[in-house]
Amino acid sequence: MNGSGHTPLVHISKRSALPWYLSWAIRLGAIVLALIVCALVTTLLTGVSPLGVYATIIQGSFGTVRKFWVLLQELAILLCVSLAVTPAFKMRFWNIGGEGQVLIGGLATAACMFYFGDKMPNALLILVMIIASILAAAVWAAIPAFFKAKWNTNETLFTLMMNYVAIQLVSYFCNVWDRKGSGIVGIINPKTEAGWFPVIAGKEYLLNVLIVAVLTAAVYAYLRFTKHGYELSVVGESERTARYVGIKVEKVILRTMILSGALCGVAGLLLVGGTDHTISTTTAGGRGFTAVMVSWLAKFNPIFMVLTSFLLAFLSRGSSQIAQNFGLNHSFGDILTGIILFFIIGSEFFINYRISFRSGGEKEEGSHA
Amino acid sequence: MLSTLAFYISRAVQQGIPLLFGSTGETLTEKSGNLNLGIPGIMYAGGICGVIGAFFYERSLISPEAISPFLAVMIPMLCSLAGSLIMGLIYCFLTVSLRANQNVTGLALTTFGVGVGNFFGGYLIKIGGSSVASIALSATSACFRKSLPFADRLGAFGTVFLSYSFLAYLAVLISLAAGILLRRSRVGLHLRAVGENPGTADAAGINISRYKYMATCIGSMIAGLGGLYYVMDYASGVWSNDAFGDRGWLAIALVIFTIWRPDTGVLASILYGGLYILSINNILPTGGAGAVKELYKMLPYVMTIIVLVLTSVRNKKENQPPAALGLSYFREER
Repeated sequence: MNGSGHTPLVHISKRSALPWYLSWAIRLGAIVLALIVCALVTTLLTGVSPLGVYATIIQGSFGTVRKFWVLLQELAILLCVSLAVTPAFKMRFWNIGGEGQVLIGGLATAACMFYFGDKMPNALLILVMIIASILAAAVWAAIPAFFKAKWNTNETLFTLMMNYVAIQLVSYFCNVWDRKGSGIVGIINPKTEAGWFPVIAGKEYLLNVLIVAVLTAAVYAYLRFTKHGYELSVVGESERTARYVGIKVEKVILRTMILSGALCGVAGLLLVGGTDHTISTTTAGGRGFTAVMVSWLAKFNPIFMVLTSFLLAFLSRGSSQIAQNFGLNHSFGDILTGIILFFIIGSEFFINYRISFRSGGEKEEGSHA
Repeated sequence: MLSTLAFYISRAVQQGIPLLFGSTGETLTEKSGNLNLGIPGIMYAGGICGVIGAFFYERSLISPEAISPFLAVMIPMLCSLAGSLIMGLIYCFLTVSLRANQNVTGLALTTFGVGVGNFFGGYLIKIGGSSVASIALSATSACFRKSLPFADRLGAFGTVFLSYSFLAYLAVLISLAAGILLRRSRVGLHLRAVGENPGTADAAGINISRYKYMATCIGSMIAGLGGLYYVMDYASGVWSNDAFGDRGWLAIALVIFTIWRPDTGVLASILYGGLYILSINNILPTGGAGAVKELYKMLPYVMTIIVLVLTSVRNKKENQPPAALGLSYFREER
């Protein structure tokens, strides 16, 4: 320290590691603070009592059995996309093209349903749909990965642009397939239900939920226990180290992005084949972007991602309910979601860094120096 | 023929101006090493804040004739600047002061901004009591849209160069000024240093946080004006929810397309605007199928990807993204 006159008022330093209960306490505190701010904003903007709004949010997800299933379905799909982008993120490959990859997977599924719907038995059709969607989305994701691996092309910007190419491609096919000229494909194969996923145990969404549950465990195991998972985290931590120990970085990048795309393809498949039975440009519904936040908030851990995707799905369901009950605009939910995200994002700072003030922290500084 | 072409170009310019505002703002931001993916949200916020200002100003008037052109322009403009400044401050506080992940913060900001835009839009539509789902601020818009009085007497030349409102010229001026600032001034040199290698810049005594804050906040305000231009000029003062569309992302695409040069953006934005309206007007052959139009809309993005790939393949030093783009800076982490 060079004289007290030059000591800054605040000193920020990196924390080593915080015990897990403290870091979760900080996150919880952030959410509580966020809810208080949201309450203030709600009252100021709409004049509705915040408690009423919160009750409505809970009602939106747990009000009826049907609503609960819709929440589970939302959670499953969002979790699926988040699982998909996670391996890439662990590799520090910012795949924000989840939106496009999901759409392409969905588009391939819809194309199979549309063209082969009356030409093959249902079991075979579903098999073809699975293969087509996974393949299409994997190829879509492999394109930016190839350029990243070969020429270090900025992947954030590349995958972002690929989203809009995908959206326009879907929009094109919607116009081609639609017979009425409105650009909206109705329910595909409404009479034969060809290519629709079977409903098990009388629950429409159960199959999707089960598939995603299995995927969650699989991705967790892949990242945690396999050589591939280890290699991609080494590449993420330090590319130079990876090269030094003989990991083929290009191969890892391509392989991981193909996996990432394939999982997005599954999400598209579940959306089109499992629930919507149709396709539009909003089929992915911004989940590719939300998934980035879900994955990051959970520190790229698939198990925590169940929690964070629950939080976001819960908020989104709640906001539709608010819109309905209070005659507010649906976008009010986006404002609340945004505020809550800001607080959670900000809270990470207090987990990773320690702030010491000049007067209070003087002794501590001394012991460091 | 000439007049058709001139008309088409002027439409392309009008379509390109919001993108130009957005991309100039984003280029400044990115030069400081902040990849602000919140630009679409910021442009929404800039647009709606202007609308709010104009709405209450128009309501406070006794009759639409009593409007003062100066106030009608200044109130929405200041509101718009203030709104986008707040958005920029949120982004800076989280990514610069709290060192949060830029991609996540940006995407959250976009969710928030679009939400703010559509919520207040819906709210104003409700209190405006109109039967259609939009607000029309035609009196304010008329003040914004005033162009030079002799423009239409000069034929094609007038249509192409002189038929725009002051905000369009402001956009061009700002981007030219930003180009000069970045390449020819000391501040620009420092700013580029912050984006390329903040560690070195810090060692040279440049205040990293201040540069990042300034560049990002000023960038946000410029981008916010793009939203304002869109509503007040392009859309003739009519705000309807989600009408702004994906222009914010196009603005980010434009940054890449111009390889981080705001002055190139002037022409590039017109090109993008031209491509964008190809899909609206029936200019290129569609073979009788409307579906092909949807493929035309892909063009700006595909071109951006091609430019992105080409610059990385050629790997020329001056054509690269800022080296520290997307990374938060913490002095003690080297």
